Amino acid sequence: MNKRLILTVLATAFVAAGCGPKRATLPEYEDTSTEVSGSGSDSSSGSGMADSSIRSRGFEEDSVATDTADALIIYFEYDRAEVRPEYADLLAAHARRLSGNSGLRLRLEGHADERGSREYNIGLGERRAQAVRRLLLIQGASAGQISTVSYGEERPVAFGSTESDYEKNRRVELSYR
Amino acid sequence: MRHLSEKSQKNSSSSVAFWRQWLVFAGLVLTLAAPARAELVIEITRGAVKPIPIAIVPFGWAGPGNAPGDAAGVIRSDLFGSGRFDPLANEDMLERPARGVDIDFDNWRLVAVDYVLVGRLEQIGDELALTYQLFDVYGARQVVADSLVLEPRELRLASHRVADAVFEAITGVKGVFATRVAYISVSGRPPERTYRLIVADADGNNEYVLLESAQPIMSPSWSPDGRQLAYVSFESGRAAVYVQTLRTGSRRAVSDRPGVNNAPAWSPDGRQLALTLSDAEGNLDVHVLTLLGNRLVRLTERRSIDTEPTWSADGRHVYFTSDRGGAPQVYRIAADGSEDAPERVTFEGNYNARPRVSPDGRYLAVVHDDRGRFRVAVQDLESGALQVLSDGALDESPAFAPNSAQLIYATRREGRGVLETVSTDGLISGRVKSVGNDVREPVWSPYAR
Repeated sequence: MNKRLILTVLATAFVAAGCGPKRATLPEYEDTSTEVSGSGSDSSSGSGMADSSIRSRGFEEDSVATDTADALIIYFEYDRAEVRPEYADLLAAHARRLSGNSGLRLRLEGHADERGSREYNIGLGERRAQAVRRLLLIQGASAGQISTVSYGEERPVAFGSTESDYEKNRRVELSYR
Repeated sequence: MRHLSEKSQKNSSSSVAFWRQWLVFAGLVLTLAAPARAELVIEITRGAVKPIPIAIVPFGWAGPGNAPGDAAGVIRSDLFGSGRFDPLANEDMLERPARGVDIDFDNWRLVAVDYVLVGRLEQIGDELALTYQLFDVYGARQVVADSLVLEPRELRLASHRVADAVFEAITGVKGVFATRVAYISVSGRPPERTYRLIVADADGNNEYVLLESAQPIMSPSWSPDGRQLAYVSFESGRAAVYVQTLRTGSRRAVSDRPGVNNAPAWSPDGRQLALTLSDAEGNLDVHVLTLLGNRLVRLTERRSIDTEPTWSADGRHVYFTSDRGGAPQVYRIAADGSEDAPERVTFEGNYNARPRVSPDGRYLAVVHDDRGRFRVAVQDLESGALQVLSDGALDESPAFAPNSAQLIYATRREGRGVLETVSTDGLISGRVKSVGNDVREPVWSPYAR
């Protein structure tokens, strides 16, 4: 299957799933959209292709996906809740794991760095968890499988006040139950 | 504790009941309470340009053995800690009278103090009588005097009340030495973190741990009668708002809905809590919960983060933080849900959040982004003028003292969470020294009623 096509569709989904004021954060993927839809051997509509692509890719690359799904943390930009495109494969793998096992439950824990007020950061952590949740739902996980909680800045993993500490703390942790 | 004289009796009788209850409560929660070592010690980092010279003469004692406590020492420490007074050292006193009639004012003019406080403690049965008189040295006249009858264990509180009376008589501003502060203390590193909700006297003494948890505790808010605290606890694995009665230690979850249950703020009449809830999509909106009957009114409806509600002094409006305009700013909306669109209140700079209204209704305290540094600022609600009061980089959670003249807030120093104070006019600031733990989210109690 065409990997660029998958990325394009996911990139679109990622942008759509973000909330708040948006910037065009994914220009390189968006720019390929014309080329990709033109190059597909399947002549059906773009969105239909996208869905089937993701599913078939899951079966074809299961071993790789299992490794990817072992990563359980997604990091974010400062004061942003958009999921970066580099997490597309990771989230696709988790979505497959969830849709392939309806008994599986996933808890998404949203976190923020210490800048900004504490309760506002609860809002930011919730936004981040919801952005991840929406991407998993789009890719086949069911709503009943996913719960979210926001800890804001209350549970940091890095305790300094440098940018590198902050990067580690702006995150959503995926926790299977 | 009761007054013997007719003077300044306005707020005494019910406050005695309050403090008695508090002491009873303190006894009940010993199992929860950490040893009563003072975690906080207040140190003034910038005082008044001309602090008022005052002499607090060691109090006389009429009873068996030694005096049960150093009332004058507590009063001296309170007044010095306010940054507005310059107490004379005991060794510089030329006389140590315990009664007004024994004062030779020339002895006090010589050491250049404006005021002299004298007093005495007497044992009367199982109780103590604490009598004090404050004199204006140059006018040689009595400014304020009173006599309190108390149980020995109430001596420290009674001393704070004397300091309050002296402070008010001289500055015209009500003292806050007999109030308390609640705050969150965090110790340890994951996975061994401990979060504590603590209440202490305003001078850092008499700490009690109200709640201890391995999961975060945040956003404490005093009920207007000072008898309950609302707060957020993650003890169930997600956020819920609890209300705890100090006297009994009993508590209940008042909001435990799916999603976010955060940022409780008590209404001035004590009947409602403003709080933040999320919907199925994770949007945070400000709501008002009527505690009796559990009625919920949603005030905001936007795909923005709307949170950190706080009440106007008259209880008619709720101020809150929203990023609906892009960056976080403070907005105001009718508390009864009758307004569709809130009014924006803060305009200076691109970040103003976590509003708190002063009890007198004149000021709005916010966290303000001052060129990349988060600082405490107050906005005059009438003129709109904003003044930055703190000088740190991560200052947060400002809370007004009940006299509106002072704020306490949290910041980070040397990688640790600490508390600091600043006067509302920005002239006097202090550091609350703490031992070891991260301390944060201080909230000043109302006056005891």
